[in-house]
This record gives sequence, C-alpha cells and structure tokens, in this order.
Amino acid sequence: MGRNPTTLLRKFHQARWDEPIILEMSTPGERGVLVRQAEKAVQTEVGDGLSAIPAGLRRTTSPQLPEVNQVRVLRHFMHLSQETMGTDVTIDISQGTCTMKYSPKVQEHIATRHPGMADVHPWQPESTMQGLLEVIYKLDHFLREISGLDRFTFQPGGGAQGVYTGASMVRAYHAARGDRDRSEVITTMFSHPCDSAAPATAGFKIITLMPDKMGYPDVAALRAALSERTAAIFITNPEDTGIYNPRIQEYVQAAHEAGALCYYDQANANGMLGIARAKEAGFDLCHFNLHKTFSVPHQCMGGSVGAVGVREDLAKFLPVPTVEFDGRQYFLNYEASASIGKIRSFFGNPQSMLKAYAWIMQHGADGLREAAECSVLNNNYLEKKLSEVPGVSVHYAADKRKLEQIRYSWEKLFQDTGVGTEDVMRRMADYGLQHYWMSHPPWIVPQPFTLEPCESYSKDDLDEYAAVLRQISKEAYEDPELVKTAPRNQVVHKVPEPSIDEPERIAVTWRQYLKKK
Amino acid sequence: MIKEKTVFPYIPNSAPEVKAQMLEEVGASDIMDLYAEIPERLRFPGRMNLPEPILDEYSLKRHLTDLLDKNQNCMDFLNFLGAGCAQHFVPAVCDEINGRGEFLTAYVGESYADHGKWQALFEYCSLMGELLDMDVLSCPLYDGAQAAATSVRMAARINGRREILIPQTMNPETHQVLVNYCKPDLSLAEIGFDPGTGQMDLDQLSQEISSQTAAVLIENPSYLGFLEPAAAEIGNIAHDHGAEFIVFTDPICLGVVAPPAQYGANIVCGDFQPLGMHLQAGGGQGGFIATRDDMKYVSEFKDLMFGITETIQEGEYGFGEVLFDRTSYGSRERGKEYTGTTTGLWAITAAVYLSLMGPRGMEETGRTIMQMSQYAAKQLGKISGIRLAFRSPFFKEFVINFDQSKKTVVEVNRLLLEHNIFGGKDLSRDFPELGQSSLYCVTETKTKEDIDRLTSVLNEVI
Repeated sequence: MGRNPTTLLRKFHQARWDEPIILEMSTPGERGVLVRQAEKAVQTEVGDGLSAIPAGLRRTTSPQLPEVNQVRVLRHFMHLSQETMGTDVTIDISQGTCTMKYSPKVQEHIATRHPGMADVHPWQPESTMQGLLEVIYKLDHFLREISGLDRFTFQPGGGAQGVYTGASMVRAYHAARGDRDRSEVITTMFSHPCDSAAPATAGFKIITLMPDKMGYPDVAALRAALSERTAAIFITNPEDTGIYNPRIQEYVQAAHEAGALCYYDQANANGMLGIARAKEAGFDLCHFNLHKTFSVPHQCMGGSVGAVGVREDLAKFLPVPTVEFDGRQYFLNYEASASIGKIRSFFGNPQSMLKAYAWIMQHGADGLREAAECSVLNNNYLEKKLSEVPGVSVHYAADKRKLEQIRYSWEKLFQDTGVGTEDVMRRMADYGLQHYWMSHPPWIVPQPFTLEPCESYSKDDLDEYAAVLRQISKEAYEDPELVKTAPRNQVVHKVPEPSIDEPERIAVTWRQYLKKK
Repeated sequence: MIKEKTVFPYIPNSAPEVKAQMLEEVGASDIMDLYAEIPERLRFPGRMNLPEPILDEYSLKRHLTDLLDKNQNCMDFLNFLGAGCAQHFVPAVCDEINGRGEFLTAYVGESYADHGKWQALFEYCSLMGELLDMDVLSCPLYDGAQAAATSVRMAARINGRREILIPQTMNPETHQVLVNYCKPDLSLAEIGFDPGTGQMDLDQLSQEISSQTAAVLIENPSYLGFLEPAAAEIGNIAHDHGAEFIVFTDPICLGVVAPPAQYGANIVCGDFQPLGMHLQAGGGQGGFIATRDDMKYVSEFKDLMFGITETIQEGEYGFGEVLFDRTSYGSRERGKEYTGTTTGLWAITAAVYLSLMGPRGMEETGRTIMQMSQYAAKQLGKISGIRLAFRSPFFKEFVINFDQSKKTVVEVNRLLLEHNIFGGKDLSRDFPELGQSSLYCVTETKTKEDIDRLTSVLNEVI
C-alpha cells in the first residue's frame, strides 16, 4: 500500500533479529576463514617459527575468541547492520549539528575499491603516490578559497582532534612569542563541548560564556573575561541554535585587542559555503569536518578528518608533513620550523580527503553555494512546518531567520502532557526515522531537540519528517503512555535505566558481563 | 542557447520550481532574505574561485580514476614497508560488512534504532578483550599513537605523578604524538637500548625510575620488530616504584605471543589496523586501550563506553552509556581529555575480523608471520654487505643494516624501486646510531617466492 498519502505516515517495523552476542555463537572446531600457511620449504628451513619466541612471551592459552563458520559470521553482522539506521536508509534530519548529508556512492566506490587508494602504503616514496598528494594539495587550495584562510592540514582524524590541533598551535604561537602567561581559552556554552575539552587537554584553563536572552554569547561577559591571560577564543557561529551572531566581528576584535587568537569551529559550515567565510569575520584559525560539510560518511563515528586552516603567519606551526608542489612534483615537507609535530600517524585519513575532493569537484562554486542555500531553505521550511505542531517551540530568536539548524524545545508538550523530549526521541524510530539528537548537557534549552535538514532532503522528505513529529505530538496529547513506553517497532524494547554506572553493573565486554550477571 | 540551471542530483530542492515554491512558503522573495542575519560586510563578495565542476558521474569517475592511477600500489609492487602500518590479509567479509550502507552512514544514534551499531561496537570491545586477556575497553581511539598518549595521561591521572619513561627505540611518530600530548604537564625520558639486541637497558631504567615516575611504557613487539624478553622484569621494576606499566602491542601477534596482561601490564594499548583494514595510505589506523576491571582504571578512559544490559523485555539485550560524565560530551572541559568522532567503522571491521579468525586463525596467522619473517631475515642475512642489526627474536619486522655494502638505504631503495619493490623503511634519519639501516616488514601476505625475489634483487644491486 505504501506510505499513507494523507498522513504521510508509514507502517514501519525495523529489523528485529534477536541476535545473540557473537561470543555466544561458538561451535568448537568451526572456522570462519582459513589463513595462509608458510610453504613447506620455509617450514623446513625455519621450523615452526614459534620456538624463537622467548619462553615468557609465548602465549600458552588460546584467546577465547568464538569459533564460527563464515556464513554465520556474515549473517550475524548483516543482521547487526540491518539493526542500524544509517543515513542511507532514513531521512536523517535528526542528528542536528552533524550534517547527515548524502555521501555519494561514486566517490565511496572509488575510494574503497581503487588499489591506488586502498593498497597504498603511507611510507611509499613520494614519486609513487603523486595522485594522492595531488588530491591533498588541491583540497587544501579548495578549502583556502572556501574559508579565506591560507593553509590547511588534514592530519586530525576527526573534528575534536582538529580543535585539539588548533589549541596546540595556539599554545605554540604564544610560546614562540615568549608570551607564556596566556593560559586561558574562552568558549561559549552553545559551542561544541570539544571547544572547551580540547583546549583543556592542551593545558588551557577554560572560561565558558553563557548565552544572553537572545541566545548569543554575552558580549559584556566576553569583554570581562578577556585579559592578558587569554590565549584564544574558540567559538562557533552560528552556534547549535542556528542563529548567526551578527556582532561576531566585535567578539573577534575584542579578542584580538587583548592579544588573543580567534578560532572558528566550522565543523558544520554547511549553510555558509560561498556565503560567508572565516577570513572576512577576522578569524585566525578554523576547522571543517569533512564528514559533515563535505559529504564524507559518518561511519559509526569515524574515521574522518578535521581539516584545520590557519592564517599565513601561523602556517609554520602546522603538523608535519605538509604537502607541497615544486612545479613538477608533489612532495611531503617535514621541515616546518615551528611545527607542533604530529597529532596522528602518517597524514590522517586520505580516503576521506579523496571523498571530500570528489564532492567539491562535482559541485564547483555554484554547487557549493546551492548546497548552502538549500540547506538554509530546508531549515526555514521545516521550522515553518514544525511551528504548526502543538507542543513545539523555538527557544531563541523565534522572529529571526536561522541558518542550517535549529534547537527546538518540547517544553510546552512536557508541561501539557508529561511527555518529554527523550520519550519523543525514542518514538521517532517507530515511524522509520532516526532518533533525533537532543543537546549536549547541560540543557540550557528545556526539553531540547536539534534538527538539521541539510540539502540532501527533498521537500517531500521534510513533509514526512514534520508529519511524524505531528503524529507523536498528537499521541502525546491523546495517549501519553504510548509515547513514554516507546520503542515499539524497533530492534529492542525500552532500556529502563540507560545509564549503567554502578561498578557491579558495568559490563562493557562480554567477559565482564559473564562475571557480573 | 540559454544555459540551463544545473539541478544537482544530491540537492533535490535545487530544482527551480521546488525552490521557488519553498521560498514562497517561508515568506521569502529571495534566498538571500534567509541570510538576513549575516551583515553585508561579512558576506563573501562574488563567486568562489574553484575549478569548474565535473557535473556528470561518469566523467567524475574517470577523473578520480585517472588521479589514483598515478599512484603505485602494494598489490602491483612487492611491498616490505611496515613501520606502523602493515599489509595483512583482509577477509572479503570484512569489506562486505564495512561497506554496508547502514554502518557506513550511521553516526551517533541511540541504542534503539542503532542497536546493531551498539552491539557491533560492544562485540569489538569483547573480542579485543579476549585477544588481550583484558576486561575493559572503550570505543576506539584515533590511532595507536594517540592511544599511547592517552594511556600515559591515564597513568598520570591515576597516580598524580608527572614523569613518563619510554624506550629510545619507540616509533618516532608515536613519540612525536606523545611529546605533543605531554606538553602541558608531563615529561618524557627515554631509556636507551642494548646495541646488540635493541632491548631496553634495564640498568638505566633502574637508575631513572623514581617515586616521580607515573608510568613505564614499552612497545612489545617494538617498533624495530624485536621482542622484549625482559618485559615482565620491566613491569616489576615499574610496580616496585608505584608506576603503571603500559605496553603498546601489535594485536596480530597475540595468537602466538603472550598478551601483555599476562606479564604484568596495567594498561595495554596499540593500533588495530592489522585486524582487517587495508593500508589506505595510513587511513586504516585505529587505536585501542585495555585495562582490568578496576574502577581506578575504568574511570580514566576518555572515550564512550557501551555497556550491555537488559530491556524491559526479559532476556532481551539492550545497551546504554557507561560513566558518560567521563567524556567531554558529558562534562565539557571537566571530562577526561576530549571525546570525538574516531574510528568506529574500523572497530566494527576488527570485530568481523576476529570473529572470522577465531583462536585458530589468530594462532596460524601469528605462526605464518613468525615463519615468513624469520625466513626473510635468514635469506637477507646471507647477502654479502647486509647484516641483521639485532640478534633478538622478532615478530613481523626486523632491521637490516647496509653499512658494509657502502650503499645508503636511499640508494638501495631506489634500485629496488626499479624492480617494482618497495624496500623497507629507512631508519637512518630517525636512528642515526643504527647507521644505514632499514626496517623490513614481512607478513602472512608474503610468499617464499616474494622473499626469494627480494633476495635475488638485493643480491644483484648491492
């Protein structure tokens, strides 16, 4: 029958395989795969090979890995994949701030299957990986144009590691100037938690600015916090709320006047491509998550790339190696005078860089801008649709245009019905949509949820998404228990206490579970 | 001819009719109305200077293929490079599972709709726990180097001390990452090695260790390939001084080599790239940290942990976050270091790999690597002008020295390249004390014929 054309709802049930843990599936003697044995002649020459291992270092008891035949292993993990709601199978507007855009298959296939990517060793001579270095070099130049900054590194394996790289460069910058008292970093409550945690890991004391009544970080508080101890400000704009802070230059200028650097967390820059850049707002450093704005798949949380860009005078602090071109050949340069050294082994995740390169090459300047415009248009359209859903509100700046995402609130629904945002979240997937993301703690916005309908979603997708939230709101008003006891049509039932923190209950491995159950 | 507006297949609402209709619905006459909050002076004037796009899929595919065709690769060339990233057998089922769209494109969904992801990552921890003979792992880290860095910071958080002792033979990349991570408040001191064996100088260790030592970290097998027979003794020395004993290991050896937990390691870390990941020019790395079930350690992990529990349906497994406040998602700067997107898909792949291998597969792989690498060392050692740098037992990698040949590693590798062979990693820059030495990596992917070919070419060029 298909989706109901009036309500836009589906009769959905997710795969439910009641799948055991792989360690319960062992049949002694079964083999999942046979592995290569050394040739007879080799065995004759060196024996069993194991007698060379010093006595105290020989493994004497076999690891208690399961013994499972191949097709059963395959089926098991196929079942687990079916019990996972990736963006390839759902309208993933839900994970706001994460930019769950379509990761085009053409680039995926080439990045994973071409031996010129899959089977390249990172220590190969430069002359044997010219294609790869060319991709990295050109991607650097693309991002320079997109950000207005002067130089990028792709070494960090994710956004948070990108922020850490930025914080390490901030530390090196002040140290190089002999400015050793700059021990503080200022960030904002609506910036990602890594904007406070990564600089803290790099040794900085963190000052967090709270939002004012409009939802902007308080500019008076910023001025009060800035001093000769401030090393940098690490901020996002727009923040999680989706509201662009039009006074951003004031923040940047105030920080610069205090001698601090300005780091722009552009993990998600999806609404800004070709519209506004880090450079014009005065930032010294920024980063893009290639798995958000630039289409690299999220891969159950990585690997990806946090691409960090800097102004020319900070380029000497970038991690090594950088990729250069001498007019004939691409090469790796390990000789940066003041480099922070290394953040991750080798060059990071080149397969992700290739995918981002491919995505930019398919769109060009106009296509990138089209992506930004449509993401913002989608967001405003969805906001309009959700404004008609009872119980939903936009917490901040309801009268202002938002960019690519919005932090909504179910506070009214909660007050009216006792159904909170976590209940609605669990219920979402009963209609075939990924659970939405609420907010990092603390919840400044009560009963929050954060949606980001990026350019990958059609008008019809947005209508269906809104219809599901409307339906759940209706259920909350008519039969709150229905929502509170969700999920119903998903892989498993509700977990009564989703946080398991008592030592006697913590079981993060199967052997721990067996010991404690 | 009028140039038609491009409708991008990945941007459904770029179709002009739809876009116009939606603009009308949101009450905007122009798309820039929606950007009203961005002041004019902060807007980017004009059009970005990017290459003209390759709009059609076929041409893009050609373009990318042409680019990657410029690379040589380790299937067409005979590869002996390792040094932190090694060419191992990847079962087809690993690629099948990590290519599944559901896993490929999932992210941070909750344990209901994404139950399968949570279970797969729980199984990664469980299988690694068996291999390592340890109880507790978190979700994966970025790579082995960062796992080592977080391990030493965990140790320092546990005992409040500030000095870390590491081997001078350590992987230079890991070392550089450690230097960066330790900068705020930890100091690193290197312990030298016996020039004949490469093994740690225990006298120096005993002299350097003190009540200030937070941890002693060793690599076993070491970066230079040799095994550390005195590992247990090093652990004892660390423990006698109240320091944590951290061992960085190569998980693919653990079918035949004792897991560090069995010789006293408190924290075990490493890189699980060998367990089912292709080389990808270093893009297949993934870090792990494992400890015993002791809250002293469990509380210091920085990454997400997925605990198994039951749902309201009796006997049904469910999952939940464990000690979420450890992470920076939960506690911002008060979390243990920073938490982020790391290498989830590779962890799932490693789970598939270990499930396929089972105990026998790991034992046999370990044995084949021991045999093939010993065979290779033996053959190369016979070549005049080449000698094995260390007389220690080794796993997978070993150092050969070219000093007597009067050739540099650069020269040798250039000659090998002419025969479509990637010679070993040149150590002359990172370890000048080893002279013209090179680190050769021989895994189960190398046949007798491969090694004989290398031997014959080396014989010819030296």
